[in-house]
Amino acid sequence: MSKKEKRILAFLAVTALTLGVAPRAEAMHIMEGYLPGGYCIAWGVLCLPFLAAGFFAIRKTLQERRNLITLLAMSGAFIFVISSLKIPSVTGSCSHMTGTGLGAILFGPSAVSILGLIVLLFQALLLGHGGLTTIGANTFSMAIAGPFVSWGIYLLCQKLKVNKRAGIFLAAALGDLVTYCVTALQMAVVHNADSTFGEALIKFLTVFAPTQIPLAVIEGIITVLIVMGLETYAKPELKTIGFLKEAK
Amino acid sequence: MKKKVILGIVLICLIALIPLFALPDAEFGGSDDAGSQVVEEVDSSYEPWAAPVLETLLGRELPGEVESLFFCIQTGIGVGIIAFIMGRFVERKKWMKQEEGTARDSDR
Repeated sequence: MSKKEKRILAFLAVTALTLGVAPRAEAMHIMEGYLPGGYCIAWGVLCLPFLAAGFFAIRKTLQERRNLITLLAMSGAFIFVISSLKIPSVTGSCSHMTGTGLGAILFGPSAVSILGLIVLLFQALLLGHGGLTTIGANTFSMAIAGPFVSWGIYLLCQKLKVNKRAGIFLAAALGDLVTYCVTALQMAVVHNADSTFGEALIKFLTVFAPTQIPLAVIEGIITVLIVMGLETYAKPELKTIGFLKEAK
Repeated sequence: MKKKVILGIVLICLIALIPLFALPDAEFGGSDDAGSQVVEEVDSSYEPWAAPVLETLLGRELPGEVESLFFCIQTGIGVGIIAFIMGRFVERKKWMKQEEGTARDSDR
């Protein structure tokens, strides 16, 4: 091994080590034990119809078109990656994105609820991030409310003939933002003993929303980039789900 | 196309890194922690009634390094799946082009 090669190796090893040691930071889901039992159950029950719809939607898609499992797995993996990256924001605290916009645009919001639930379970069990008691509430905000808003905005942009990529950007970014607004709402409903509901809501919103805005922009850009990649390489799949028009 | 992609990536990096340099005093803790502070402000009598499963099993907080290990596993699983599928797509496209080419040749 030449000297130069050794130096490169040493440099790479150091970079790898420094990057591997991530600072401890917790990002945003409602934590274990922060909702009273009744609310935990209520949010959980509220999620069930969406999850059932998602399960049937996924099963139908896969029964009809087995090969779509690739795109579906990719949407799920995208949520996995994106929600594990905690990014510093302008407010001086860290938060992470949701990544649910992509799946919602491609497969519809109910399918994403299942994918989101998988990610939330992983984080609740292994990371103590979010929690099993609050999984209903977290599923509702991240895997149901966010994707539904993304999907709605995407469809609306199509109706209004907005540029497709701008539509995807808006859908992903606003879906991300809405997730955190819903979380703030869920917290304010429960925790307002020392003030009014409105005041508590504003307080929670000011903690979550400004942190999330730049991240929402990033999520929008990433989603557009991924869709551009898929448009180049996964045309057949995108045509089967009707994302690309058959014409031409 | 290529330019747009590069521009996008540069933008992402800027948005993510600028706060880090612009706010030298900030702690960059999670907004979760900020969330529990707000809970204390508006609902001071509330006591969390459950602790994360793994913490209960361990009887202590998950060590920071181990937590980052789990986060890396999460990222790794995701990136692995995306890279695998994307790689197949890219190869397939090449392959489909070739097939089209040979089909056209045999038509002649």
